[in-house]
Amino acid sequence: MKKTLVTLMASAAIATMAMGAAKADTKACFIYVGPIGDFGWSYQHDQGRLAVEKELGVETAYLESVPEGADSERALERFARSGCNIIFTTSFGYMDATNKVAGKFKDVKFEHATGYKREHSNVSTYSSKFYEGRYVQGQIAAKLSTTGVAGYIASFPIPEVVRGINAFILGAQSINPDFKLKVVWVNTWFDPGKEADAAKALIDQGVDIVTQHTDSTAPMQVAAERGIKAFGQASDMIQFGKETQLTSIIDDWAPYYVERVKAVMDGTWEQQDVWHGMDHGSVAMAPYTNMPDDVKALAEATQAKITAKEFEPFTGPITKQDGSVWLKEGEQADLGTLLGMNFYVMGVDDTLPQ
Amino acid sequence: MGTLEAILLTIATAATPLLIAAIGELVVERSGVLNLGVEGLMVMGAVAGFGMAHLSGSAWVGIICAIIAGALFSLLFAFLVLTLVTNQVATGLALTLLGLGVSGMIGEAFIGLPGIRLEAISIPVLSEIPLIGKLLFGQDPIFYISIVLTIVVMWFLFRTRAGLTLRAVGDSHGSAHALGISVMTVRYLAIMFGGACAGLAGAFLSLVYTPQWVENMTAGRGWIALALVVFASWRPLRVLAGAYLFGAITIVQLHIQAISLAELEFLPGVIFWLASLVKSIPSQFLSALPYLATVIVLVLISRNRRLTMMNTPASLGKPFVPSR
Amino acid sequence: MRIELTKRPQHSVLFSALSPFIALALTMIAGGLLFATLGKNPFDALYYYFIDPLRETWSLHELAIKAAPLILIAVGLAVCFSSNNWNIGAEGQFVAGAVVGSIPPVLFPDVQMFLVLPLMMILGIAGGAAYGAIPAFLKVRFNTNEILTSLMLVYVAQLFNDWLVRGPWRNPEGFSFPGTVRFHEYAILPQVWPDSGRAHWGFIFALVAAVAAWFMMSKTLKGFEVKVLGQSPRAGRFAGFSSSRMVFFAFLVSGGLAGLAGISEVAGPIEHLNEKISIGYGFTAIIVAFLGRLNPLGIVAAGLVLALTYLGGEAAQISLGVSDKAARVFQGMLLFFVLATDTLIHYRIKLAMRSHASGGA
Repeated sequence: MKKTLVTLMASAAIATMAMGAAKADTKACFIYVGPIGDFGWSYQHDQGRLAVEKELGVETAYLESVPEGADSERALERFARSGCNIIFTTSFGYMDATNKVAGKFKDVKFEHATGYKREHSNVSTYSSKFYEGRYVQGQIAAKLSTTGVAGYIASFPIPEVVRGINAFILGAQSINPDFKLKVVWVNTWFDPGKEADAAKALIDQGVDIVTQHTDSTAPMQVAAERGIKAFGQASDMIQFGKETQLTSIIDDWAPYYVERVKAVMDGTWEQQDVWHGMDHGSVAMAPYTNMPDDVKALAEATQAKITAKEFEPFTGPITKQDGSVWLKEGEQADLGTLLGMNFYVMGVDDTLPQ
Repeated sequence: MGTLEAILLTIATAATPLLIAAIGELVVERSGVLNLGVEGLMVMGAVAGFGMAHLSGSAWVGIICAIIAGALFSLLFAFLVLTLVTNQVATGLALTLLGLGVSGMIGEAFIGLPGIRLEAISIPVLSEIPLIGKLLFGQDPIFYISIVLTIVVMWFLFRTRAGLTLRAVGDSHGSAHALGISVMTVRYLAIMFGGACAGLAGAFLSLVYTPQWVENMTAGRGWIALALVVFASWRPLRVLAGAYLFGAITIVQLHIQAISLAELEFLPGVIFWLASLVKSIPSQFLSALPYLATVIVLVLISRNRRLTMMNTPASLGKPFVPSR
Repeated sequence: MRIELTKRPQHSVLFSALSPFIALALTMIAGGLLFATLGKNPFDALYYYFIDPLRETWSLHELAIKAAPLILIAVGLAVCFSSNNWNIGAEGQFVAGAVVGSIPPVLFPDVQMFLVLPLMMILGIAGGAAYGAIPAFLKVRFNTNEILTSLMLVYVAQLFNDWLVRGPWRNPEGFSFPGTVRFHEYAILPQVWPDSGRAHWGFIFALVAAVAAWFMMSKTLKGFEVKVLGQSPRAGRFAGFSSSRMVFFAFLVSGGLAGLAGISEVAGPIEHLNEKISIGYGFTAIIVAFLGRLNPLGIVAAGLVLALTYLGGEAAQISLGVSDKAARVFQGMLLFFVLATDTLIHYRIKLAMRSHASGGA
């Protein structure tokens, strides 16, 4: 009894201290759509949070598995009221809630991932050009594939995913103009069993490289079992396929999160809309493994060119799947088309679900 | 390995966890208890199997622990619905809720760890037979267990005295009690058997299907198993057929997506036209197909009242309190 | 030693009143132990779960928002379950109501007048009821098990909605992201007291539905019919009640209320239809219905308690770093204890040694 009383008092003391400190110090808060244990999207955002904690020593808090409906607005309001100075809302579906709560709490900064609405001056949006990594993957695939066909496990037909598919095939065609891509839509971000089934179906139909835009490591495991190569997604999945993973696009949010929290601490935070890519370190590639040196050199060269902004994957000439010209020689895609991309380029062996 | 053989193998893998969980639930329901907690039991089996395999380094230890974990966790359900006579629907749902939560908590330590795969059996020579070789003689051990389990349960239910007792309890617990059968004992055992099967099915997911642990990795398969039992009108062989049909629909749907029309041009006109039609159907509709098919089959089998009455455990879901 | 139950001649009034509190106390103890095992101070954790969300007005509004769909659906399910019909597909009816109710603002965005909102509500009820009528029809006509059909139809409704908001109903200005246009102002459910928080009329609907259902069940012949047919279909037939018509009645009421919950959620806090609206209210409401012991007024309390565990779970997550899994375990335990203690109402429990010696540890 005595012990619990002491603990109670101690924790009360800590709570008061924390309350006092929160006013002076910065608190960064994060809201995730999935569990941090998904080893994919939410996991990577949480790695960013941990980096903020480590590098800046600020207090952080997070909420995981918050549904994107009525619940997200409540969660954000609770954050805003609990002394958060900056709140990262890490899924597209939080867009309206972010803007609504931002309107109520003008002193709190909001950072919304992958969205396009900035209705108040305290809302920024940010995203990453993951498609840059997909282009590199496409080149590697075309170099290594003997069947000339790769398989793509896709989640939902949103622009982000369609961009990735297009970038992949463009990269592949830059090496082998006849390269083909088979796409399977599994209508889920996360169902290891179904992702594994999709990988098997693709492999059974003759693809010898598998890439995925879903979150689990299951396709990597299936590829390992069948003895073909695969690309990881969101995080480095090398321990799920030591002899299988060629590389993986790593969502590295840490540089951006550290930069923005630091801006709040320094009082220099301003509204912005950024779409960072390899140049900013937001899109990182896991080590190039399980490939010959020349392919590795090619991949590294392409990555270096994209990082140095000497090359942009969506540069003409590019033909749409229906045969019409999208970009003329040397022409670059405009931002709006990229953000709302809902068509395939030539060479994708699939009909885009509309 | 030919494409057809590969497809059959994939279907078998997709069907196995459904079959095992459904066979377990079939026995539970035959004893007159409706356990809606299969999903929770499966996910507990998945985490226990993965965890113990990881800690011990042996997939078999994982499998056995998953079976025990499923049986123990189902005991909680059994105690409530049998001893305390709580509502079975609500208790089953609570079990699922609890299982998803508890497994998530236990599993936090296992996230991102590579799993240990249960090695497949490969009988030399026989597994080389074209088309059916690998399917019959080169699969993982759980596949064989699932088939044996189905046959044993069939034999047990319809060929043994104990099976007759179990069915009698399910059909009329009052009469069974009057005959001196311990309804409670039978049902406790049946529920634990169901739990053990669900645990095994869960371990299949985390040790064979996709050797890893992630939260909610059962992704609704427990619910499908429940549907299969009714779909099969409480007959083991039909559960087997149903599980494979369901697996087939899931897998073929993915294949239809992956294949391009150009690859199908060799097909005769009508079939080609059909294939292109199917390919133009939105994937959501294809995904909904298994559920609609279940509803339709349910209607077809229950239309014949006499046949349904013959197979349906009459006491299903009804509370039982022994009177003295 | 074993536990024996004997049926009480009449249900215990004492335990009727006491059992929820016993259950709550047991949950607190078990929950405390759980948090202690996780290395958290159990008193702090329980404080954040049960007290913290009730301290501020805005948070009370949030409680009402979270509880509204749960209560609405659970009230309908209580009527349905009382009649011994097992609709566990309320989630699908919720989606159906949301989809059908969204027709006016999505397909006729130019029709902007005050009649739009009532029409949406009516369409929502109609959509949910119609979707609920499918398992009812199959049960009456073909003797098909309604538990399974209603459950299967949940997935069908979710996938259909998914297709709609990604395909034909997609907002053309939404950068190809799924979801319909934002509803216009005449299609949005107003907030009750906008100055103090964002609780909307959905909560009022829930209260009205609960009172109406309570009145029907306890004061009208229809309520009597529901209960008689639920307890003994044979007795009901002797009394001249039709069990087929009762199946339809039960499913139309529960489906309709689930549909109303769906459109209220979409027209209330979300303000447009998207693919993420279905987050399990229909299943959680089954738990709420039993927590409230199938009594519509009890369900109001149960819905608020369950909503509180969601809010409290968030508070504990932010303040103590308790994972959201703990919240789910907590809800599971609460339900288990409520179900277990309810046994005391109808049964006497005694611990008996096998030798019939007087027991007790």
